[in-house]
Amino acid sequence: MSFNRNFGQGEGRNSAEAVTPDKGWKDLVRGGIIPTAGNAESYKTGDWRSRRPIWNEDKCIHCLMCWRFCPDVAIITDDGKFKEFDYDHCKGCGVCVSVCPTNAIDFVDEDMASDEDKQKNEQV
Amino acid sequence: MKMKVALTGNEAVAQAMKQINPDVVAAYPITPQTEIVQFFSSFVANGQVDTEFVTVESEHSAMSATVGASAAGARAMTATSANGLALMWEVLYIAASNRLPIVMPVVNRALSAPINIHCDHSDSMGARDSGWIQLYSENAQEAYDNLIQAVKIAENPKVLLPVMVMMDGFIISHALENLEVIGDEDVKKFVGEYKPDYYLLNVKNPVTFGPLDLQDFYFEHKRQQAEAMENAKEVILEVGKEFGKISGRNYGFFEKYKLDDAEMAVVVMNSAAGTAKDVVDELRAQGKKAGLLKLRVFRPFPHKEIAEALKGVKAIGVMDRAETFSDFGGPMFAPIRAAMYDLNAGNTIVDYIYGLGGRDVVPQDIKKVFEDLEAIVNKGKYDKLVTYLGVRE
Ligand code: SF4
Ligand code: SF4
Repeated sequence: MSFNRNFGQGEGRNSAEAVTPDKGWKDLVRGGIIPTAGNAESYKTGDWRSRRPIWNEDKCIHCLMCWRFCPDVAIITDDGKFKEFDYDHCKGCGVCVSVCPTNAIDFVDEDMASDEDKQKNEQV
Repeated sequence: MKMKVALTGNEAVAQAMKQINPDVVAAYPITPQTEIVQFFSSFVANGQVDTEFVTVESEHSAMSATVGASAAGARAMTATSANGLALMWEVLYIAASNRLPIVMPVVNRALSAPINIHCDHSDSMGARDSGWIQLYSENAQEAYDNLIQAVKIAENPKVLLPVMVMMDGFIISHALENLEVIGDEDVKKFVGEYKPDYYLLNVKNPVTFGPLDLQDFYFEHKRQQAEAMENAKEVILEVGKEFGKISGRNYGFFEKYKLDDAEMAVVVMNSAAGTAKDVVDELRAQGKKAGLLKLRVFRPFPHKEIAEALKGVKAIGVMDRAETFSDFGGPMFAPIRAAMYDLNAGNTIVDYIYGLGGRDVVPQDIKKVFEDLEAIVNKGKYDKLVTYLGVRE
């Protein structure tokens, strides 16, 4: 599993380059000061996830219980229907899994998720 | 412009603060520091400074408010003593680790318990590893001079670390002394305008201070801090020289007093250095090769320079006005002994813990130290590694 560990500086933003683990102490801004605003946008917190929800389209009735309960706004909808998970931000809490009335969401260890699983759900 | 005046240590420090004219002062009273902020608050009330004065409910809040003000982009100061400094503890580290150039006078006083309001160095010595630069002052003149220099040291872009400036409680803080102050304009020009690169009130480029910093980067940020402390050495010397130009008084890491050909010497800080110099003079008059090293900069610790200065001294008595309860002497003893190690110069180094809780140290006490050192020079070895000087047996 690859970790993002991007402290959110840079990546298309206007100032310093992204702070990545290969950076030495001389390359970092002193004292951990983050010199760019709004950079949380580029901090992909989904890498904290250890379990991955997987959507089964054929069982889904688009009730959007998952969308309502997800504490991380990680369920993306389109025209009132379930569209996809936002895996960049889904923390793998499993709330969607337990509220889904039709058991349309599987929950697997991140390390166990097959490439097919990942592809099926990661459409971006 | 220079002017001779008679001021107490606290008045001299308040005077320096007035001339520095910081943007924000947040402070809480504690003996023997109280007068500093009391005098300073009257400057605020009289409109003699532009400072925003924040009265807070504790020293923890005083340092927190000062940290906030400094991160916001202000030149910020506070002042404290003893238990007040102890209450600031966690925030001292936060100030240093966020690389905030705060300047703080500390009027040295014993830590409780039992309660004692008089001088020793247990307060500032306890904060020696908090990441602050530490400057120690023998008298009111030096406290005044050190405080003005501290601003320029702290704010140097190669440093950006907070500085505490010490003087002895009551002995200096409340004693009247003749000293020379520099003109307001000269101080203003010397400290210059504070122009931070990153600050919270910069609406054009908002920044974040003190974010979560875990296994990935914390270590690197500490390494930066260590580097800043090393850089401070060079900057302290530069600023000391520059200050000499406007004041006629030059400052380095320490003062060597009749040390160059000395066979025996004491290492001492703050007010006791004055007493010890008198004793050195007396011994010199008797033809004895006595000397003294008065340490001004304890953080960063000028280990190479100290070792070089003490190299030829056969017997060295380190005088510590604080106990470490380590069974290995006071806080100055171990680092000075360690600094001498690489030279392999055969110096014998012993420690004297003195003056705890304001116990007077008189010439007789220091003569006793030199008697011991003389015996060490003659015998080539010491009887006692750590001596409690002036304690009743
Ligand atoms: S809760 Fe289940 S059924 Fe309802 S929209 Fe979500 S995945 Fe589909
Ligand atoms: S696992 Fe948790 S965070 Fe992820 S989509 Fe489901 S409810 Fe949201």
